[in-house]
Formats: sequence, structure tokens, C-alpha cells
Amino acid sequence: MATDAAGGGNRRDFLQIVGWTGFGIGVAAVAWPLVHQMNPSADVLALASIDVDLAGVEPGMAITVQWRGKPVFIRHRTEDEIAQAEAVDVAALRDPATDVERTTSADGTTRQPWLIQIGICTHLGCVPLGNKQGEPKGDYGGWFCPCHGSHYDTAGRIRRGPAPRNLDIPPFVYTSDTEITIG
Amino acid sequence: MSADTPTPKFTGVLGWIDYRLPVISWGYKELVAYPTPKNLNYFWNFGSLAGIFLVLQIVTGIVLVMHYTPHADMAFSSVEHIMRNVNYGWLIRYAHANGASFFFIVVYIHIFRGLYYGSYKEPRELLWILGVIILILMMATAFTGYVLPWGQMSFWAATVIVNLFSAIPLVGDSLVTWLLGGFSVGNPTLQRFFSLHYLMPFAIFAVVFLHILALHEHGSNNPVGIDLTKKDKIPFHPYYTVKDVFGLFVALLFFGAFVFFAPNVLGHADNYIPADPLVTPAHIVPEWYFLPFYAILRSITFDIGIFGFTLIDAKLGGVIAMFGAVLVLFFLPWLDTSKVRSATYRPIYFWAFWILLADVVILTYTGAMPAEGIWPTVALIGTIYYFFHFLVLLPLLGRFEKPKPVPESINKPVLPQAAPAGPQAQPAE
Repeated sequence: MATDAAGGGNRRDFLQIVGWTGFGIGVAAVAWPLVHQMNPSADVLALASIDVDLAGVEPGMAITVQWRGKPVFIRHRTEDEIAQAEAVDVAALRDPATDVERTTSADGTTRQPWLIQIGICTHLGCVPLGNKQGEPKGDYGGWFCPCHGSHYDTAGRIRRGPAPRNLDIPPFVYTSDTEITIG
Repeated sequence: MSADTPTPKFTGVLGWIDYRLPVISWGYKELVAYPTPKNLNYFWNFGSLAGIFLVLQIVTGIVLVMHYTPHADMAFSSVEHIMRNVNYGWLIRYAHANGASFFFIVVYIHIFRGLYYGSYKEPRELLWILGVIILILMMATAFTGYVLPWGQMSFWAATVIVNLFSAIPLVGDSLVTWLLGGFSVGNPTLQRFFSLHYLMPFAIFAVVFLHILALHEHGSNNPVGIDLTKKDKIPFHPYYTVKDVFGLFVALLFFGAFVFFAPNVLGHADNYIPADPLVTPAHIVPEWYFLPFYAILRSITFDIGIFGFTLIDAKLGGVIAMFGAVLVLFFLPWLDTSKVRSATYRPIYFWAFWILLADVVILTYTGAMPAEGIWPTVALIGTIYYFFHFLVLLPLLGRFEKPKPVPESINKPVLPQAAPAGPQAQPAE
């Protein structure tokens, strides 16, 4: 860098710094729209929340609804299944969570018979089996992901296989005894 | 015989053009007179064969785009439209789908040829690295192309592969949303994959050009693996043009057998079911050419950590192993410390090569099996051996292996040796 008599940068250095800085900001400003165009567009983001009526779902039954393009598993669990989930040593789990935590809505209502989760394996995004009648439920009576062999228990917690987390719980609230709003 | 052919002076129209734009003398130098080792075996056919399959893919692909509709609601139907209504649409689509498989088989043979004969060694390191870049671009192209028919396998392959990036700490989930253009695979995903699938083959074409530029600087390696003199080389044309054309006809026989008689055996029946976001196929399998990497991905089913503190969870571990299996190839020219190129003169590496090949075949088979029973264990052993070969065995072999005597010239091994006092064993320093 050229220096003036006082040892500081001269006018040309200043112009270079300003010029290159402006150029850098300009490049970033032009690049950002090209990057951001790939993020979800307004219509994708505008997907509304959905209301689900649980009245017809008897204990032991499960339904699948679609929310934000993803399947949501809603299972009305039996006493046995709840007891099985409660009997687990939570501290030993890969992603520790109690059964009560798994069945609590966004506004703090806990209804243990109802397990509401996003039906997407936390490994690589397959839809696990076990929500429909006749499908394998895995070694822990919950769900089984056929893609890479993840087993989830009756509380949707990861027990065996490569998935890092329990099945995700979507934000939902009970709007009445038999109705929920997801999202 | 020698390849010392001077470039002729072009006259007439060719001369007029060449004086202003020297493509003719350049083409003559690189494609006609180009000095090629005279001892190449048929494994050296696969480079030009790969180039021909690239062109086939680009030509059939451009034609398919004239009839295909890249929209989630119409993609599947438009592919069926190609199959049923478009004149010879079935032929063009089957040629494109099987052409991808043949491109990979040809390139895999080309790569293992390079591994056996040490074609990646000095001075061909960048040539090799450009080849690895081509391989990665091919994988990205094949993956995006597989999504376009918008069948069940398309949809779930896109879901599984893009979700690999969610394993990256902190930014993973945002990155996945950015790549998909939504919260799950959907129309935005299909449209961007279509755009990239059209773009990348031309990027491959450009890198192939650099690959050939680097190749022609020092010339082809050869089965003996020694540097050859001019008198050991012959002009590319007609000797290797005719040999490559013969090889092409043999390859086209196999290709035709698949296209006309077994066009779907390399695919999956599930991809003739339209994409359904609510149902995952019972058994997701990638195309055969991704199976070894898929097996490596699935082999890591345990968290890696120290003192009970998880550093890398199972998912990230699998992703790192899978990408690492390709990226390790970039470092191969320096991981293999032996100066001797051809496995013919490396008694231990010879076996290491065949064991590696067997390992990759086993991983391929394992990748197609469900992740149950003994298969996860087989995959893990296969993965460990794969990395052991590149990261431990190759660096050590260069130090401890005593290579056989390497001939001084390719004329020596075929002539009866009058006195055994010719070649000397070289320490592999």
C-alpha cells in the first residue's frame, strides 16, 4: 500500500477501499435474490392451519391427515399402549421425553390417549409404517420406518435404528373435547 | 512405428479457415496424430466410451424435454404420454434411462482401470481429480433426473437424499427447506431439479474437455505403467479410432439388449406409481449405481462420541461416511505412496485391488437388501474395509511392499531375455 508523507494511506487507497467495498455490497445485493428465490414462496408459506375432528377415532385406531404437505399421525392409544410407554426408563432413551410431554398440546393440555405427531421419520424423511391397520409397528409397538429400519415406541420415541430424534410433535391445541387445530 | 507425425499444412478452404481459426490443425493434433501407447488393452476403451454415452444422454435428453412437462400435476402423465403417444418416445426414453446406467457402468470400469494401473499417479493427479469431479456431477445429474418422472421412487428418493442435508448441525433444517422450496418435496422441488438436470450435463461436458486436455498433456498411462518413449507410441487415428469404434459396437450390443428386451430391469416397478406424499414404498432402493454409497450411508447406526458425550450422531455419521467415500478419491494420488503405477508389478496391491473391488460389489449387494438381519453388520464391515483400503493400506503399502522388477521399456517383456541382468527391483520410496 502506498503511503503519504505522514505514513497513512493516500487518496487512491481510500478510493480503492471504498470501490471494492461498494463492489462487494453490490455483488451480495444481487446474489441474495438469486439465493432467496429458492426458499418457500408466499403461497407455500400461506398454507393455513387445519382442524381435525377426533370424534370417530376409537381407542386402538389411528388416522393420517395432511398438514403443510406432510402426513400427521393421530393415534387414539389403548390403556396397554399408554402403560407400555410409561414403563420405559426415560433417562436411557436416545431422545429422552416422558409420555406426558409427548401428549401435551401447545397450550398445555395433556390427554394421554391422544398422540399427535408428524409422520415423518427424523432420519431421512420417510413416512413410517404402523399407522394403518395391518402395517408392521416395529419391535416397540409404535411405528417402523422401512427405509433404514428405525423403530419408534407407542409414544413415538426413537428406540432403535439411525433416526436421531423422536417423531416431531406439531403445534396443536384442543378446541373442544373432540376437536384439534394443527398449526 | 512411431507417433511422430507432423501436422500437415492445410490448403484450400480448410487452409483458409485454419489460418484464421486453428481448429483444424488443433483437431488433427489431438484426435488424429495424438501419440498413444501401442500396448493399451481393452480397458482403455472405456474413456472414449464414456464420452459417447455422455453425448447419447445429452441428445436423448434434449429430445425428451420437447415432450416432458416439469410440473407436479403433469410430470407423471407427460412421461406416460412420451411412452404411449410420442413417435418413438418409448425408444428415446428407454435409451435415456438405460443410457444413464450404461454411462455409470462404463465410468466405473474406467475408474477401476485407473485404480489397477495407477493412472492417478504423478503427473496425472489433476487428470484423476477432474475425473472425480465428473463422477460427482454425474451423480447429481442422475439423482435430479431420477426425480423427474414423479413416480413413487422419484418422490421418496428426493425426500431421502435432500434430507441427508438436515444432518448438518445448526443450518441443516433451513438448508433442506431452501433446497426443497417448501416443507416437503413438491412442485418447487421438481421444477428446480428439472432446471439443474438440464444444466449439469453441459458442466460435465466442460469438465470432460479439461479431463482430455490434462490427459493429452502427458498422454495415456499404459498397462505396464512406465513412461513411454515416442517410439512406443502410435497415432490415435486410425489405430485407436478403429479400436474404439469396435468397442463401441460391442457396448451397443449390450445396450441394445437392455433397451429393446429388458428396458425396465434396472429400474423399479414402484416408479410407475404416481408420487404419493402420504405413503412411503415398503422398500426404498436407489438406482443400482448408488447402492454401494447407500450401503455406506446406512452402515452407521450408532452415535460416535467420547466419555458419553455425542460428537457425531448416527445420522450425521452416515452422511459423512457416504460423502467421504467419494471425497477420499480426491486424495488418492497422495494416499498411494508407491511410485510403481501398474498393479502387475505390485504383488500385495494386486490383491488389495481385487479385495477392494469385491468389497464394493458386496456393498452394492448390501445396499439393495433391507436394513435388517445381518445386512447392517455386513454394510459396516464393508464400509470399514473401504476406508481402511484408502486411508491405511495404501499409505503403508508404498512403504513396505517390495515391487517386482519393472521393465525399462515395453519392448523388453515380450522379447526373450538373453541375460537376466536387465531390470532391477526398485525400492518403493
